[in-house]
Amino acid sequence: MFEPVLLRNVDVPDGHLLSAYEAGGGYRALRKALGEYRPDEIVELVKESNLRGRGGAGFPTGMKWSFVPKAAGKPKYLCCNADEGEPGTFKDRIIMERDPHQLIEGLAVSAYAIGAETAYVYIRGEYVTAIGRMEQAIAEAHEKGYLGAGILGSNFNFTIHIHRGAGAYICGEETAMLESLEGRRAQPRLKPPFPAVAGLYASPTVINNVETLACVPHIVMRGSAWFRGIGPDRSPGPKLYCLSGQVRKPGLYELPMGIPLRELVEEHAGGPLPGRKVKAVIPGGVSAPVIPESGLEVGMDFDSLAAAGSMLGSAGVIVVDDSTCMVKVATRIIEFFHHESCGKCTPCREGLNWVVKVLRRIEAGEGEAGDLDQLEMLCKGIFGNTFCALGDGAAMGLRAALKHFRDEFVTHIEERRCPFH
Amino acid sequence: MTMREEIEAAAMRYPDRRSAIMPALMIAQKEHGHLPGPILEEVADILGVERVWVYELATFYTLFHTEPIGRFHLQLCDNVSCMLCGSEALLLHLETMLGIGKGETTPDGLFTLSTVECLGACEMAPVMQVGDDYHGNLDAARLDALLESFSAAAERVASAERAAAPAPGE
Repeated sequence: MFEPVLLRNVDVPDGHLLSAYEAGGGYRALRKALGEYRPDEIVELVKESNLRGRGGAGFPTGMKWSFVPKAAGKPKYLCCNADEGEPGTFKDRIIMERDPHQLIEGLAVSAYAIGAETAYVYIRGEYVTAIGRMEQAIAEAHEKGYLGAGILGSNFNFTIHIHRGAGAYICGEETAMLESLEGRRAQPRLKPPFPAVAGLYASPTVINNVETLACVPHIVMRGSAWFRGIGPDRSPGPKLYCLSGQVRKPGLYELPMGIPLRELVEEHAGGPLPGRKVKAVIPGGVSAPVIPESGLEVGMDFDSLAAAGSMLGSAGVIVVDDSTCMVKVATRIIEFFHHESCGKCTPCREGLNWVVKVLRRIEAGEGEAGDLDQLEMLCKGIFGNTFCALGDGAAMGLRAALKHFRDEFVTHIEERRCPFH
Repeated sequence: MTMREEIEAAAMRYPDRRSAIMPALMIAQKEHGHLPGPILEEVADILGVERVWVYELATFYTLFHTEPIGRFHLQLCDNVSCMLCGSEALLLHLETMLGIGKGETTPDGLFTLSTVECLGACEMAPVMQVGDDYHGNLDAARLDALLESFSAAAERVASAERAAAPAPGE
C-alpha cells in the first residue's frame, strides 16, 4: 500500500504553521541530519536513493550535488526553483502554500549537504499567497532555531531569502533564473561552466525544484532503500501529479513513479467528463509531446515516457476529450512558447513567430497545401538549435501533434474550416 | 517604512545591489501603481545602479507596468487547461460586460482586462487573478458576482473619500 508523504500535511488545518508541521514529526530530519551525518554522507544517501530532479529534466540529485567543488574559496549557494510556469503544473504552489516548512526543512538539509549558508527561493510573482506563507514560515523557523546561526546547537549557519519573480516562464530554466537573480533579463547562459562550478555570482550553486527538495527530509528519515522501493528502479520515489483539463476530478495526486497514465486519468482523476471520451493526454506540462488515447498504458516515469516519445517533465497532466480540436490545442501551446521566448536565439524567436502564423491560418480554415511540410521544416530548424530547451519543447510538441492528429490538420486544410466549430 | 527604506532593506539580502532591482521595482509599483520613467530613475538612484539596467527589467518582465492600469486588473488565464474549461467564453463575457477589449481599461479607470499565460492553478480552471487573489472554477454567473463585488468595493471607498473631504467653503 502506497503511503503519501509529500502531501501528508496539505489538508491538515493550519498545516502551513510550524506547530502543525512539528506535530507531524517536522524538523526531525534536520535534527537527524545534523546529529548523525556528515555533509558528504547526506550526499551519498541522496545518491543511493536515486532521487531524480522533479523540475523536468530528471537529473540525479545526489550526482548534481557531488559536482560542487569542496574547496572553492567562494561562498556556495542553494537556489530553489519555485518559478512554476509550465502550463498544467501547480504542485509546487500547493507545497509552498500548505506545507512550507516541508520545503524549508528540505532546503536546510540540502544546504548542509552541499556546504551552502545562503539559499534563494525564486518564486513566481503571481504566487502571492505562497510567497506570504513561505515568508511567515521562514520567520517561524528562525524564531525556533531551525534557521540562522548555529542551527540546533551545531556549527551550521543557514539563511533563506525569497526572490519574487516578475512574470517570465524562461526563469524556470536554471541559468536564466541565475541571470534574473543577479538583476538581469532572464536569458539562458551558455554551459559550461555549469552552475555547480560557476553559478550565482560566479560561485558554486545548486538549483533544485521545490518537489525535489521536499523529498530530501523523507529520505533522511526513512532511508534510501525505502525511497528506492517505490516505483521503477530507474525512476524511484513518490511523485506529485497535477491533473487538469477535461476530467472529472482535477487536482494534485501523490502516487508512485511509474503508475500507468491510464490509471491516473481514469481511476484517480475520475475519467472524462460525462458523455465524453479521452482523446489525448499531455503528460508533463505543455513541453511534453501529446500522447493519443491509444498510448495511455505508458508508465509515468522518466524512462517509460521517453521511450514512448514524450517526457515526464513536470508531471502536469492535461486531459483533452473528443469535443476538442487538436489544431487549436497545438496552436495555443505554440502561442505560449512564442509569447515566452526570451528572444536570445533566432530559431526560437523568429521560428515560433512563423509557426504561430501558419497554425492560426490553418485553424481559421485558411490553410494551404504545403503548410504541414512547412511546419515540419520549421520544427527541424528550431529543434536542437537553441541555447535552452524552450525551442525544443515547442518543436517536439508540435511534431507529436502532427504525427498523432495529422488527419485533423488535413481536414482543416481540405475543408477550409475547423470541423469542431 | 518609506519606499527608500524598503528598497534598502531588500538590497541587504544580496551581495550585489543589482540583484535588488526586481524587488525594488515591486516595492515601487506597490507604492505608485505603475512605473513611469521618473520612478524607474528614482529606483536606480536609490540602488546606485545604471538606469538602463532598471529600464531593461521593467520592460522585460510582464508583472511590471510602465503604463497606468485600472484599479482592478482582471487577468484571465487562457492557457491550455483554462481554455479546455471554457476561458474563451469567459473572455467574451467580460468584454461584453465591461465594454472593452483585452488589454484595455474602462473609461472610469476601474477595470483593466488582460489574458495571461498559465497562473499555475489549473486544478481550479478556469482561473482569473485580480490583485493578489486567485478566483477559480469560474463561470459567467461567478464572474458577474465578482464584478459586482469589485464595483461595490470601489463605491464604498469613493463614498468614504467624499465623506472625509472638507465641505465646500470650509
